[in-house]
Amino acid sequence: MSSGLLFACVGALLFAMGIAGVILIGNLLRRVLAFNVMGSGAFLILVGLAQRNDVPDPVPQAMVLTGIVVAVAATALALALVRRLHALTGKLELPTDEI
Amino acid sequence: MIWLILLPLVWASLAFILGAGRGKWLAIAGLAAQTGLAFDLAAKVGAGGTAISHTIGGWGAPLGIDLTADGLSAAMLLLTQCVALPLAVYASAYYKRDEAAGAYFWPLAGFLISGLNALFLSADLFNIYVTLELVGLAAVGLVAAGGGAQQVAAALRYLFATLVGSGLYLLGVALIYGAYGTVSIEVLTPLVTSETPRLMWIAGGLMLIGLMLKTALFPFHFWLPPAHGGAPAPVSALLSALVVKASFYLILRLWIGPFGPLIAAAEWLAWLPALLGTLAIFWGSWRAIRAERLKLLIAYSTVAQLGYLFLIFPLLTGHGAIQAGVMQAFAHGLAKAGMFVAAGVLIKATGQESVAGLAGAVERLPITLLAFGLAGMTLMGLPPSSGFLAKWQLIEAALDRGYWWLVVVVLAGGLLAAVYVFRVLRQAFLLAPPGQTVATVPRILEWTAFALAAASVLLGLRGVELMQLVGVVA
Repeated sequence: MSSGLLFACVGALLFAMGIAGVILIGNLLRRVLAFNVMGSGAFLILVGLAQRNDVPDPVPQAMVLTGIVVAVAATALALALVRRLHALTGKLELPTDEI
Repeated sequence: MIWLILLPLVWASLAFILGAGRGKWLAIAGLAAQTGLAFDLAAKVGAGGTAISHTIGGWGAPLGIDLTADGLSAAMLLLTQCVALPLAVYASAYYKRDEAAGAYFWPLAGFLISGLNALFLSADLFNIYVTLELVGLAAVGLVAAGGGAQQVAAALRYLFATLVGSGLYLLGVALIYGAYGTVSIEVLTPLVTSETPRLMWIAGGLMLIGLMLKTALFPFHFWLPPAHGGAPAPVSALLSALVVKASFYLILRLWIGPFGPLIAAAEWLAWLPALLGTLAIFWGSWRAIRAERLKLLIAYSTVAQLGYLFLIFPLLTGHGAIQAGVMQAFAHGLAKAGMFVAAGVLIKATGQESVAGLAGAVERLPITLLAFGLAGMTLMGLPPSSGFLAKWQLIEAALDRGYWWLVVVVLAGGLLAAVYVFRVLRQAFLLAPPGQTVATVPRILEWTAFALAAASVLLGLRGVELMQLVGVVA
């Protein structure tokens, strides 16, 4: 197995773990972390699959850099909202009552 | 074409620098200019009969970013600008000076519109991912702007839904790049054939699920009603009219573009979105009929109306299906924006959020009620509204292929829409309970609601031009 394919397989595993976390975990802080795991998985696949004969391809590297910036912005927004919710309700979980 | 993306960025940034609650005149001026640009672009695309491309900064495809506008893009740009301009006028009167909820409305709205315009013009899959995230983050910020615990919770729920959706999309992009080494839609489309690697099927499935989640198609609609029903009226209108249409546009673009050969190889696949759309129409209408709060009713009506957009997928191999979809997007965009802002006026004036609290509204706010009724007319699909035109096209395309049950769904959906629209109108015509006070609202709020609703009806008379425009492909 080439190193690129190994990266991609690990990435797929991370993505699956992350998405399960985002959907299943109740604690918001851990949910935000799970989203980051999910994002890292996608980035690993993007970089890993694009390698041909173990030569890295620069274009996906640039894409991943952009993706990381987006993920950081999303994480910051999520954390700000979680803090706001914590200040308002004192809880780190979403209220269960549907409107 | 580049100015459609840059202008909102410029006025949004300036509004942010000017400070909380400022920059509304900049925004309105910017949007007026954008509307002109969008009409100009649509006229050029329509007259030229081909797509127009632009390479940013002179750097072409693999390194730089290409922008392309074909008929579909030009039509969606037109819709975005035509809905956003009246909404900006409305919002400038809706938010009082120093009101916390409106403090960052203008910068966020600017970034949202810039993201939408960039999405409609982008010609490569990765750039579309970035614009999707831009739109999603700005929309979440707008939902949270109210600041209450319920709104923050709705914003967080929306944020996780949109992040999972775009995460799935990104994974699809990663797999496509791994298989073909390109993300340009133009380069990709001829490469994909029906004997494509298994990887492409997985990528297509992931992207479709991710985008359906972002479009809030049943059963992924769980995040939409609290987010759209809880936000301030101008924000609800922007989200319901435009943001959910962006991911629908993307599904359509991929469906008829790079993934076309895959779908031709498995035609049953087209019935999946149509089935979910049917369920969305019935479930959304049912919940709208039962809703206690006025804005929640309108939000569930959005869930139902989005269902129609997905009925076109089995018909895409025939004539007129794309036109029906775009017409429905226009009809719903204009009508739903009009309905949400009319609801905003009603809630502001009566001070009550429930449908039951509307009694007596017709005496005090006749123009707003007329706007609500006109928008309802479009949602029901009565002639000569654009909603009628969309449904007519859909029925014609369905009968052309012999899918009569789609016709039944469309007609039943129209009747259900009539039930929830008349539920509101009936309540408004009841006599007001004694002692109820109705606050005065600025006239401009009522008239912008009326303008949006009237546009949704009158578009039905000018539908031919729009359909010709959509017919222009690369």
